[in-house]
Amino acid sequence: MDKIKLDAWVGIFVAIGVISLLGLAMKVGNLTSNDIRETYTVTANFENIGGLKPRAPVKGAGVVVGRVNSIVFDTEAYHAVVSIDIDKRYVFPKDTFANIYTAGLLGEQYIGLEAGGEEKNLEQGDRITQTQDAVVLEKLISQFLYSKASEEE
Amino acid sequence: MNINTKTLLKFFEKIGRSFSSRALRLGSATRLFFLILIYSADSFKRIHLTIREIYFTGVMSLVIIIVSAFFVGMVLGLQGYYTLQKYGSSEAIGVLVALSLVRELGPVVTALLFAGRAGTAITAEIGLMKATEQLSAMEMMAVSPIARIIAPRFWAGVITMPILASIFSMVGVLGGYVVAVPIIGVDEGAFWSQMQANVDFRFDVINGLIKSVVFGIACTIIALFEGFDAPPTAEGVSRATTRTVVTSSLAILALDFVLTSFMISG
Repeated sequence: MDKIKLDAWVGIFVAIGVISLLGLAMKVGNLTSNDIRETYTVTANFENIGGLKPRAPVKGAGVVVGRVNSIVFDTEAYHAVVSIDIDKRYVFPKDTFANIYTAGLLGEQYIGLEAGGEEKNLEQGDRITQTQDAVVLEKLISQFLYSKASEEE
Repeated sequence: MNINTKTLLKFFEKIGRSFSSRALRLGSATRLFFLILIYSADSFKRIHLTIREIYFTGVMSLVIIIVSAFFVGMVLGLQGYYTLQKYGSSEAIGVLVALSLVRELGPVVTALLFAGRAGTAITAEIGLMKATEQLSAMEMMAVSPIARIIAPRFWAGVITMPILASIFSMVGVLGGYVVAVPIIGVDEGAFWSQMQANVDFRFDVINGLIKSVVFGIACTIIALFEGFDAPPTAEGVSRATTRTVVTSSLAILALDFVLTSFMISG
């Protein structure tokens, strides 16, 4: 086989490979739809994070506006400190509420942000003070049983 | 007592011999690897040698890769739908097909097919070259067989494998699409959007590529070494070819476990 034909075939091969990789990045993966480049980081304290994981989505009104960056345990106050990266395009007031919700009955957990009414907006390094913990199923069930038992007495 | 000690001694001798011969082979394979790295600069000066090998290992493997990827994707679509519809979440079929292909099946099945299609060819070719003393003839002409024969094949394998793996994953996803959307009737929008929401480029696609590069290195080194190490007889070459497939397959599966555990914990 002559050299030019060989080069052409290898060129076609590499091109198909690059197209597939681009297809994987754009069509299959989230490189276009979900790339959050410019972010600001805020923290929120929770008594109980349930099953929240790093890289879990942060949603405002159901729209993904950011991702959980890290979760650490604060040994002085004994609560979890969750730092959240929010896309620069989205601003939230300082008195925003952060709740941990579950997607579906057994789905992954995410943070839902509910905007408050304050004029000033959250900035890099701010702390969200109003938070609501994850619902722990065992607690819920034991509360229910407890109230049932007291009703019957 | 004497007989007992003798048989015991022979037993340990057997273990020792098989261990030391294995260690010797591992050592020579490692030595070959470093020799390839050293002679790579020489072989890159004649880049057309590597391009020729990419043609033989990559372009010639395209048909088997594309056909098997399409069938793997279609089977994943069917099986995934059968299980998922029991839980009323048949829209998640896109995620299932894409994640299993990009993370695991793409790199692993490509590497297994590559070991069978290209690895055996490399071993047989080099084994025969050695049996017919072409390699010694090259050395006589002061041409290093490692720079001229071995290194181009190594780099061709390392370059080819990630390309083949991405083609495999993409074609597999298309196969899953063909089964899920037109045949079964899953909603097209949900199929792609759920997939995009759950497949992360850096964590899933790039990790799959890293895996395929590692498999490429392992597969080609094993194929080259078996060919280089084969006894120069017809039987020796045939045994070396068999060993290439067995060793590469085991190496791919074992490396896959190690790499996955690192990637998931990290």
